[in-house]
Amino acid sequence: MATHSATHDDHDHKPQGFLDRWLFTTNHKDIGTLYLVWSLIMFLVGGAMAMVIRAELFQPGLQLVHPEFFNQMTTMHALVMIFGAVMPAFVGLANWMIPLQIGAPDMALPRMNNWSFWLLPFAFFLLLVTLVLPGGAPQAGWTLYPPLSLQGGYSIAFTIFAIHLMGISSIMGAINIIATILNMRAPGMDLLKMPLFTWTWLITAFLLIAVMPVLAGAVTMLLTDKFFGTSFFNAAGGGDPVLFQHVFWFFGHPEVYIMILPAFGIISEIIPTFSRKPLFGYQAMVYATASIAFLSFIVWAHHMFTVGMPVGAQLYFMYATMLIAVPTGVKVFNWVATMWRGSLTFETPMLFALGFVIMFTIGGFSGLMLAIVPADYQYHDTYFVVAHFHYVLVTGAIFGIMAGVYYWLPKWTGFMYDEKLGKIHFWWSTISVNVLFFPQHFLGLAGMPRRIPDYNVAFAEFNMISSIGGFAFGLAQVFFVYVLWKASRAGVKATDQVWEGAKGLEWTVPSPAPHHTFQRPPVIDDSKLAHGDVTH
Amino acid sequence: MSREAANLLVVRRLLVVVAAAFFLGFALVPLYEIACEKVFGIKLDGAGVTASEARAMTVDPSRTIRVRFDATVNSALDWEFAPKHRVVEVHPGQLTQAWFTATNRASHPVVGNAVPSVAPNTASIYFNKTECFCFTEQLLAGGETRDMPVVFVIDPAIPREVRELTLGYAFFLNDTATRRVVAADVAATPRS
Repeated sequence: MATHSATHDDHDHKPQGFLDRWLFTTNHKDIGTLYLVWSLIMFLVGGAMAMVIRAELFQPGLQLVHPEFFNQMTTMHALVMIFGAVMPAFVGLANWMIPLQIGAPDMALPRMNNWSFWLLPFAFFLLLVTLVLPGGAPQAGWTLYPPLSLQGGYSIAFTIFAIHLMGISSIMGAINIIATILNMRAPGMDLLKMPLFTWTWLITAFLLIAVMPVLAGAVTMLLTDKFFGTSFFNAAGGGDPVLFQHVFWFFGHPEVYIMILPAFGIISEIIPTFSRKPLFGYQAMVYATASIAFLSFIVWAHHMFTVGMPVGAQLYFMYATMLIAVPTGVKVFNWVATMWRGSLTFETPMLFALGFVIMFTIGGFSGLMLAIVPADYQYHDTYFVVAHFHYVLVTGAIFGIMAGVYYWLPKWTGFMYDEKLGKIHFWWSTISVNVLFFPQHFLGLAGMPRRIPDYNVAFAEFNMISSIGGFAFGLAQVFFVYVLWKASRAGVKATDQVWEGAKGLEWTVPSPAPHHTFQRPPVIDDSKLAHGDVTH
Repeated sequence: MSREAANLLVVRRLLVVVAAAFFLGFALVPLYEIACEKVFGIKLDGAGVTASEARAMTVDPSRTIRVRFDATVNSALDWEFAPKHRVVEVHPGQLTQAWFTATNRASHPVVGNAVPSVAPNTASIYFNKTECFCFTEQLLAGGETRDMPVVFVIDPAIPREVRELTLGYAFFLNDTATRRVVAADVAATPRS
């Protein structure tokens, strides 16, 4: 290692051994790659679980799996997708792109960065090993509501420790991102010149450090209720199970914004590039993001309108929730206004970004429907909710991530991906994802409850359509892996700027980005930044 | 300030936020109780009032409130549990006694705890118990049946639109106390 450090001023030097390169790495690009690959693996694992769910629901009746295993699948699918796929993908993109976007040589705390990532495999080992333990994985849904979550086997302890590890990983990642953005910006890169992806991540990181510890507290209370005789949530001992729902959703609602704000950032990068126009209302976008983050802390009980809340509380949470539509509407308006009279082209990242804007808005509208208290009594815990959050998470968060991956992939690999295959992937995914989730709105309105392995024959047709869409969407993601694999090996050589309309520091470094960049801070030229002129 | 020092400062400050957030998670437990009782007027614990406080309330004979009783037993507890009467009609301020009957179906002593709840929950602060089997652990010997009283008074300040309310009890198994009783029994049995 001594000689290794001594030669570190050689700018393109990468550690040669596999362990040195990946296990002990402190390089933001390598750690970013690790996060992204990890997230892709977890996306496929969680997707496989979704395929089990859709296969069982293909027809009414119990065909393939036991109801207990079905419940394990719904629980694990959610935990794997949220904590294993979506969040690590955003952290991976942050690791790769934030230092490049603000002209920093690396993250502020590179060793902590390494630790943040390498906690994840251990966390997911603890979580996934419960599938083969006696009693099986937890079956109470990802929300782990007591008393149900405490009535299962000892696997709940594994799940809780896994959540603790994921929480520590997220908190360290968030601290690192905040320190990087606050301290490592190149001279001249003022806060209000930063690209929006960096901005949304700064706000997301504050959400993470504010709520992940609350989740840690909530699951710790579950743990002591189960194993150490406390009665936080145990009615027999004077506790209150509804309290858990409040504490959980105090974490849970900011968490859903943690999973969407970075996607807002990615879309705000892509739409100006392919419209060849600056983003409309840059400052409004920043303030809208901050407003959404603030509002996310004061609306949590809209997830639990049916627990028996006083009317005053229901009214407050209903109106506060609807208020979120205002800053979100500002964002959607600005994206559309950015495209207005732009010189548009429709490469794959732009297609995914447009798909995001349209389909995320559909999910946003069904969210508003759910916010209406009297209507929510009908929608609560039905497939309408499932359809709603899959529109915002799959066609929202995941489409945002895919848009970002296609957008920045040439910068990572140095090769253009195959545009034709990218477009096939987009249309294949978009059509199938709507076949998959749109009918679930109708199922929910007709009264089909979520988290059930069997259902009334009246729901048979829409479930079959939904399952067919599910299998097609699953297959499309296997195809996505092929597109990525192909683009990582060969293709048309990417230029430094990659996209004709791309602006910002990340497009000034060579493609592929060398192992070390911005060792010397870049000179900031406002006219070459995406948001250099703050007056526009 | 060097970059290292600046980074360390950010980390220290953010760790304080993390610690505060972790603390907040636990602080939500008492905050929840305060919010329920002081802001929304929902009584969470079944704490009673003294008999003299109850007698100090003036009876309002002009109003009659129908009180329904509900009894459930948690699946972990092998008991039968039911109210003697399903419904009584009372005047606000009038001290009333009602009886519930519990039977231990198991052949060994079991301790249970009853958790009360009043619906609608906004009426719960006006519903006062001076005496209740839910205040203490209930030990029933194997096969024993016992009648258990609850004495209550409805505060005459209760809003006029409340004409009917439900007092529900759920009996839960008290594991720890049951183990203690079994252990004491074994210790008290003279060895032959």
